[in-house]
Amino acid sequence: MSDLHDLYQQLILDHNHHPRNRRELPDADKKAEGFNPLCGDRVTIFLKLKDNVVTEAAFEGKGCAISTASASLLTESIKGKTLEEAKQLFRKFHQMITGEVKESSDGPGLGKLEVFSNVCHYPARVKCASLAWHTLNSAIDQQSDGVISTE
Amino acid sequence: MTPITQSPRSASTPYHVEQYRRDFPILSQQVHGHPLVYLDNAATTQKPQVVLRAIQHYYEQDNANVHRGVHELSVRATAAYEQARLKVQRFLNAGRSEEIIFVRGATEGVNLVAQSYGRSQLYDGDEVLITHMEHHSNIVPWQMVCEQTGAHLRVVPINDRGELLMDEYHRLLTPRTRIVAVTHISNALGTINPLREMIPAAHAVGAVVLVDGAQAAPHLPIDVRELQCDFYVLSGHKMYGPSGVGVLYGRSDLLRAMPPYQGGGEMIRTVTLEHTTYNDPPHRFEAGTPHISGAVALASAIDYLQDIGLEHIAAYEQALLEYATAALAELPGLRFIGTASDKAAVLSWHFDDIHPHDIGTFLDHEGIAVRTGHHCAQPVMDRYNIPATVRASFGLYNTRDEVDCLVHGLQKVIKVFR
Ligand SMILES: Cc1ncc(COP(=O)(O)O)c(C=O)c1O
Repeated sequence: MSDLHDLYQQLILDHNHHPRNRRELPDADKKAEGFNPLCGDRVTIFLKLKDNVVTEAAFEGKGCAISTASASLLTESIKGKTLEEAKQLFRKFHQMITGEVKESSDGPGLGKLEVFSNVCHYPARVKCASLAWHTLNSAIDQQSDGVISTE
Repeated sequence: MTPITQSPRSASTPYHVEQYRRDFPILSQQVHGHPLVYLDNAATTQKPQVVLRAIQHYYEQDNANVHRGVHELSVRATAAYEQARLKVQRFLNAGRSEEIIFVRGATEGVNLVAQSYGRSQLYDGDEVLITHMEHHSNIVPWQMVCEQTGAHLRVVPINDRGELLMDEYHRLLTPRTRIVAVTHISNALGTINPLREMIPAAHAVGAVVLVDGAQAAPHLPIDVRELQCDFYVLSGHKMYGPSGVGVLYGRSDLLRAMPPYQGGGEMIRTVTLEHTTYNDPPHRFEAGTPHISGAVALASAIDYLQDIGLEHIAAYEQALLEYATAALAELPGLRFIGTASDKAAVLSWHFDDIHPHDIGTFLDHEGIAVRTGHHCAQPVMDRYNIPATVRASFGLYNTRDEVDCLVHGLQKVIKVFR
């Protein structure tokens, strides 16, 4: 196993202590709730859209440092993206944390989100990092509010 | 190996924890560069060498199917399997060996009683009484049979310390109560329930009592006749035996009247294509080839426990629990979940600002194995309004040094995450 500091990098600890965009968006255009039955963590993702572009993203919920930081960084990284681009980001992120893509010379191209690249060495924690992203994915796909589960 | 003692040791007999530790090969390893500190015994216990040897011996020397052949190996396998039943009978102080049914574990034991006894005895409007601190395995089978029969599930609430509200228990017991299902020791809270008060009260209204002993068997001497329980279930893997084998004790008059749980070989007397007559207990409830090596190895785990003496184990673990409780209480912001006055060696806690999962990963990195999560007791987590706890559960081989490692690890966690 790699060094624990590679998992809990400063950026993750920072987003855990000071999550960005943690609030409800009452007039969200898309919204979904995610649940990890393994640890009881819940997260709700809210999106506001204009012409299919995310103008605002926020989340609510409480979880471990990995899942809180992941939700926080998610909201930052999808702002300004089209829904299709956001889904693309989800796929790349998922491949990174499950270790499906070994680092290519130019890296996974995920910017700040690469702080989660070491999650793939902690199989028990992959779901913590992916909960917010699965929830985003279902918010984009679903017309109605639904609860998705990582199980 | 420790010599077999004939008479129980006196209270002053020293407890040779270092010697017992050497009996468990798995404990001597390093995890992430640190000596393994295994504090997840409520999930499953490690296995002593004698248990591992029993499995090997069985497959090397005696393996055959049971109750079926006339050949030598089958005779030996059958004898070993039935000897194991007698061993369990004595372990629980059951009156008859036919009251001991080998199952896969506590979960299957509860399901067997729910589907055989419950399904045939429960009617619309009857009640099954469980408690708020049950493991999912002592909740869901009752929900299922209630659904099937029209019976209602009632739940005894708990107080903030994690103790049953006994006034409520007595109030909830009515002539409609047919079955009371209660855990002996809670895996999430450590609470030891007052069975000596609960069982006679249930009998007084005509209910039968199933005790979930999954957590009790490795920690306390159990006497089903003294308890007067009607059913008692346990899991081999939680008492230093193998997984995949467990025990259902049932009072023989109840078992004899109960319909089979599963159909197949072993559980029958005669089969024609039109009609089958069923075998007597225990075989009626052991359809198919059983986990023979599991039963044999469980018997050797029982020998191991009895050789040390469950009273001694209980006393040693109590002292360790007190030591650990005092040490962890020093950590700022730590809130214990489960502070019953009568408790087994389970410590569950929560920090408002540090998530159990982060603690679990961090401690794992220090070689310390704890459980994080809801411990298959989500209603308990809901009761305390938390998603999860961190749990350290102690076994006969844990030491004060290991508690110190845990405390030291938690101090580091606090430094990183606060
Ligand atoms: C109190 C209690 N009951 C029942 C069970 C279920 O045991 P098994 O999974 O071995 O069937 C457990 C296991 O965690 C338990 O702690």
